[in-house]
Amino acid sequence: MKADICKILDIKYPIIQGGMAWIADADLAAAVSNAGGLGVLAAGNAPKEWLVDQIRKTKAQTDNIFAVNIMLLSPFVDDVIDAVIEEGVKVVITGAGNPGLYFKKLNEHGIKIIPVVPTVAQATRMVRNDGVIALIAEGAEAGGHIGVTNTMSLVPQVVDAVNIPVIAAGGIADGRGMAAAFCLGASGVQIGTRFLVANECNVSMPYKEKVLKAKDTSTTITGNSTGHPVRVIKNKFAKKLKQLESEGASTEELESFGAGSLKLAAVDGDMDNGSIMAGQIAGLVNKEESCSDIITDLMSHYKQVIQTSF
Amino acid sequence: MIEKIKEILANQLDVEIEEITAESDIQKDLKADSLDVMDIVAEIEDEFDIEIDDEEIEKFVTPQDIVDYIEKVK
Repeated sequence: MKADICKILDIKYPIIQGGMAWIADADLAAAVSNAGGLGVLAAGNAPKEWLVDQIRKTKAQTDNIFAVNIMLLSPFVDDVIDAVIEEGVKVVITGAGNPGLYFKKLNEHGIKIIPVVPTVAQATRMVRNDGVIALIAEGAEAGGHIGVTNTMSLVPQVVDAVNIPVIAAGGIADGRGMAAAFCLGASGVQIGTRFLVANECNVSMPYKEKVLKAKDTSTTITGNSTGHPVRVIKNKFAKKLKQLESEGASTEELESFGAGSLKLAAVDGDMDNGSIMAGQIAGLVNKEESCSDIITDLMSHYKQVIQTSF
Repeated sequence: MIEKIKEILANQLDVEIEEITAESDIQKDLKADSLDVMDIVAEIEDEFDIEIDDEEIEKFVTPQDIVDYIEKVK
């Protein structure tokens, strides 16, 4: 069902910034919200104190609505849910799992939920709950934790399966991708990789450079064997991880090897031993800009594409 | 009923139905990942016309667990 996601979320443009762990902090979220999109704070694996601090910093920089992305594989999910409730966050986006166990608590506090879903089965399950106001159908072109179906195939199938608005994610970085998403039945888009190189994004400079220099073939998927595949830009670490996988390393061994690797890349700028999560569309992302310019460019390009494509 | 559950598992997980016993560990023995689990639950809900809560899904380790649950709610 198509809907005016701007009205539902009280934002100016139907653009949601992706919740990238270690990357999407208060500065980025506030900049996106100030520019008229939905800024998103990524809780990732961070403990409660970090998130509370970031929520307050976001509120200090923007009066507009923003969301918190809850990564369901985190050991701190219960604390994160408490933080979101205590700090009066109005919208949560959930990823990397089934948020069903937390609906009751979030509903009790009137918090709206937008689950990221990688399959039709998960989509139809999510809409049973009244607090779920939209879904994000994220295709496997996306960076970070991904499902198995690509955006072009996934979005229309999820759109057909549910009666609430669907936001498309994965492989979108310009007006063409936005227009395509809307053609597929989406009511909005979630964009990660393009915002990673925003001026207001505090990710390490080497990480940004990797994204800016990336080509269409620069990413690969690691962790397939653990049941939690992750899309990253190819580097020594990814190569080593895939080698361990092909040698039959156990899930525990792989997870232990990978622990802390995203932080190494995003914060410490270690491009050899870190995990450089990014989407396949990184090849299209070539310019560092302000969030405001990114959104202006997305919207004007989108309008131009709509007018000239058909 | 156990045969129907085994059939659903066999289809989703690409294993031979003969390899599945009532006590097979769905995640450890049959190698189901979290996406598989959601698809399997959706099929079971359709097949038996029930809704399964998330709290219950956590408890399903073997096909027998699923059978026991369905018999309890139907």
